[in-house]
Amino acid sequence: MKLPAIVHKFSSPKNFYIMSGKMIPWFMWSFLLSLFVGLYYGLFVAPPDYQQGESYRIMYIHVPAAWMSMFIYMIMAVSAAVGLIWRIKTADLMASVSAPIGAAFTFLALVTGSLWGKPMWGTYWVWDARLTSELILLFLYLGFIALQASIEDPRNAARAGAILLIVGVVNIPIIHYSVEWWSTLHQGATVAKFDKPSMHISMLIPLLVLATSFKLYYVASVLMRARGEILRREQNTRWVKEIVTGESS
Amino acid sequence: MSVSEFFHMGGYAFYVWSSYGLALVVLGWIMISPVFSKKAIIKELKIKYRQQERQHQEDV
Amino acid sequence: MSASTQQPSTTGAFISLIKRDLMLSYRHRNELLNPLLFFVIVVTLFPLGVSPEKQLLQTMAPGVIWVAALLAAMLSLDTLFKSDYEDGTLEQMMLSPHSNAVLVLAKIFSHWLVTGVPIILMAPLLGIFMFLPAEAVSTLMLTLLLGTPILSLVGAIGMALTLGLNRGGMLLSLLVLPLYIPVLIFSANAVDASMAGLEIKGQLYFLEALLVLSITLAPLAAAAALKISVE
Repeated sequence: MKLPAIVHKFSSPKNFYIMSGKMIPWFMWSFLLSLFVGLYYGLFVAPPDYQQGESYRIMYIHVPAAWMSMFIYMIMAVSAAVGLIWRIKTADLMASVSAPIGAAFTFLALVTGSLWGKPMWGTYWVWDARLTSELILLFLYLGFIALQASIEDPRNAARAGAILLIVGVVNIPIIHYSVEWWSTLHQGATVAKFDKPSMHISMLIPLLVLATSFKLYYVASVLMRARGEILRREQNTRWVKEIVTGESS
Repeated sequence: MSVSEFFHMGGYAFYVWSSYGLALVVLGWIMISPVFSKKAIIKELKIKYRQQERQHQEDV
Repeated sequence: MSASTQQPSTTGAFISLIKRDLMLSYRHRNELLNPLLFFVIVVTLFPLGVSPEKQLLQTMAPGVIWVAALLAAMLSLDTLFKSDYEDGTLEQMMLSPHSNAVLVLAKIFSHWLVTGVPIILMAPLLGIFMFLPAEAVSTLMLTLLLGTPILSLVGAIGMALTLGLNRGGMLLSLLVLPLYIPVLIFSANAVDASMAGLEIKGQLYFLEALLVLSITLAPLAAAAALKISVE
């Protein structure tokens, strides 16, 4: 299968390095802008919730973090598959470099979910469908990171990681469905369902703004990580040597 | 909302601010650590290239 | 023209690989007891650690027995590819003209015959330990019959990925146990439901679907992973 020409532009590590260097400031600034707008609306303008009072504002972190945890895993699986099928190094790179970011968002979703639950339902943890699925997703991320860390050859690490991600992505709907089903059975035993408040538009807008903000954050940070990693992986090429010796630091 | 109300968060201050604080720490770390590691790798490679140059000179 | 230059068919290769693995397992038959004993011992720990009271054990039984089965299956994965990897046979296998996925399926099948089937047969004994009523025991055996092959198939992927690594065992658990969770949920629940006299058709359909999915896809993933590990 022939890929469009633009992919070739990004698939060479050198081009990727140069292009990402130019792109990062754009993403950084738009991330910061949307972050401030979202936080302002979310913390000041949006009214307190009828039932949950001010604590619902944790949702502005919890929900976008949970969305990102899934989104990043999908991106990782797709890049890994692309890297595996078409042997594109930068695709492998994107997958492995995204992993800590995805794991961080998953962790954040879990902890903020827990902090949201305590004032509302009196308990730091509840085995409800969403939190349980997030926990399992965290295990999937950590497994991937551990596998890549334990294989020395980067090419083999990339291929093994890709297989694990593809297997993971096939399993995620299965796991998610199983946990949902399990959770409806035991509904009575759990304290309560974690639920977003019924959303007024003034609450929804900051949520969407922050969700976009997190996506911009992801692009900026993944590109930053990727550049450092490219220098390491391509250290024996001439272009890297030129860049390193040209650096004033 | 007054400033003190803002910090008080209707009595939920601990939970709300811990969440936002944790987000700041975690996401901040994720964004800043590549800056340090890139500096470190450049430093490391500079030394390595210098060593390789020296080796090359000796071999010649 | 001699018959010995004829290539065996893929089916022929499949069958002879199974026969070979079974014969090798037979030669090391005392090792086969280990995962089985582990299975029994782990279940035994629960009355000792929690309470020997009948009601409590009966409630816990489906989950406890199934978790023990997951752990035993995972431990038994060690014998799946390791010895062939270490003596170079695995590499030879990968070079053969036959589809690697089919050969891997043969290995997984014979592995299941000697590790999964004994677990299924142990179920009635454990049912007695945990005071499971008869209908629950037969459901337990049915879920084990459907589930243990899934555990072997999915576990094979994890084993193939961690084959060449030192102390791959711990990593293997981290990789494989999350993938086992759906099997656990539906199997334990089916046994629970049959104790309460409820329908278990849905759970069984789900397990059957997982089994079919694993049989078709897992050997492909495992073969791809083996190619990486063998290099």
